[in-house]
Amino acid sequence: LWWAHSPPARLPRPPPAAAGSCPVGPCGRRAYAPPAERKRFYQNVSISQGEGGFEINLDHRKLKTPQAKLFTVPSEALAIAVATEWDSQKDTIKFYTMHLTTLCNTALDNPTQRNKTQLIRAAVKFLETDTVCYRVEEPPALAELQKNEWDPVVAWAEERYNVTIGSSTSILGPNIPASTKETFVSHLASYNMWALQGIEFVITQLKSLILSMSLIDRHITVEKAVLLSRLEEEYQIRRWGNVEWAHDYDLCELRARTAAGTLFVHLCSESSTVKHKLLQD
Amino acid sequence: MAALGGPLCTLRALLRELRHAGGRSYRDSPAYRHVLAAFRAHRVTSEKLCRAQQELHFQAVTYLCLLRSVREHEALHREYHGRGERSPQEVAGLVGFRLPQQPGGKG
Repeated sequence: LWWAHSPPARLPRPPPAAAGSCPVGPCGRRAYAPPAERKRFYQNVSISQGEGGFEINLDHRKLKTPQAKLFTVPSEALAIAVATEWDSQKDTIKFYTMHLTTLCNTALDNPTQRNKTQLIRAAVKFLETDTVCYRVEEPPALAELQKNEWDPVVAWAEERYNVTIGSSTSILGPNIPASTKETFVSHLASYNMWALQGIEFVITQLKSLILSMSLIDRHITVEKAVLLSRLEEEYQIRRWGNVEWAHDYDLCELRARTAAGTLFVHLCSESSTVKHKLLQD
Repeated sequence: MAALGGPLCTLRALLRELRHAGGRSYRDSPAYRHVLAAFRAHRVTSEKLCRAQQELHFQAVTYLCLLRSVREHEALHREYHGRGERSPQEVAGLVGFRLPQQPGGKG
């Protein structure tokens, strides 16, 4: 839980359920009610530049990560985006909407304590169960849709990275040659640790290494990547109808997370310089 | 390179999203100023196919998608999932009952 002053105040926890019978706990609150949301306790959000990078200030207090480290990001644009997330919270702070903040906290704290090799291994492992490589045989309309939508992306990846991937209708999935995995391992090794956290996040959301790489290489947009990832769901929605509180909810959440992950990767791995060319008369 | 549409369209939509996300003084927010400055800086270029321009445009489109989907997700959450649990009085009221009133409290 992220606030800047110390010692950190605790959110009021719901009282533990009494042994069996009555759901109303000692202070009269229902035992199963979610903890009360943290109210917005700051007026202004601003950015400042410190030694390790850019920091976020909530009023005059510096933002810290859940493990109480100072929140520092390497890129100014990323700091601005995180500040915008904090600034756009209205009465209560909804942490589930603050995807960039969450990603920065994960990169800073590394709660799963994985090093670069382990992250890359986790990412490339997804290739064996990549969504776009798993094809159905029926219904034929869905098989056709998968062929038309997914084949171009697989072909792009094979050409871009000079590898063989293929697709499969069997339950075991495609047979990915070791050279393909090595190519991806060495490609991912060129990203820094922060960017790798972002890449692994995007892969976990989209359930596909190929779609994530085509997104990070700017071959497709976020909306398209999410559509391709949810291709079967879109097919079923078109067939049986859309349920707003489930389908649209999941779609918006997936889009938000994927967009946050992609932006995070790009902002953590870029360096921009502006060259001014003189006008020549 | 992905088909992104025009940069002007993206810029307008992005500024509109920032207006929704921000409060009163959205125009002075660092995000608003940064977006405008970045678009202005990359506007003039002598190259036909400017990679930096396209990279920036892709980032802008991605950020626009992020802001838009967060806003829509929050709206959906508020409408469908934000109500929390019903109180015992409301649950009883669903089937037409009322909870008994005991002057000294329960038990």
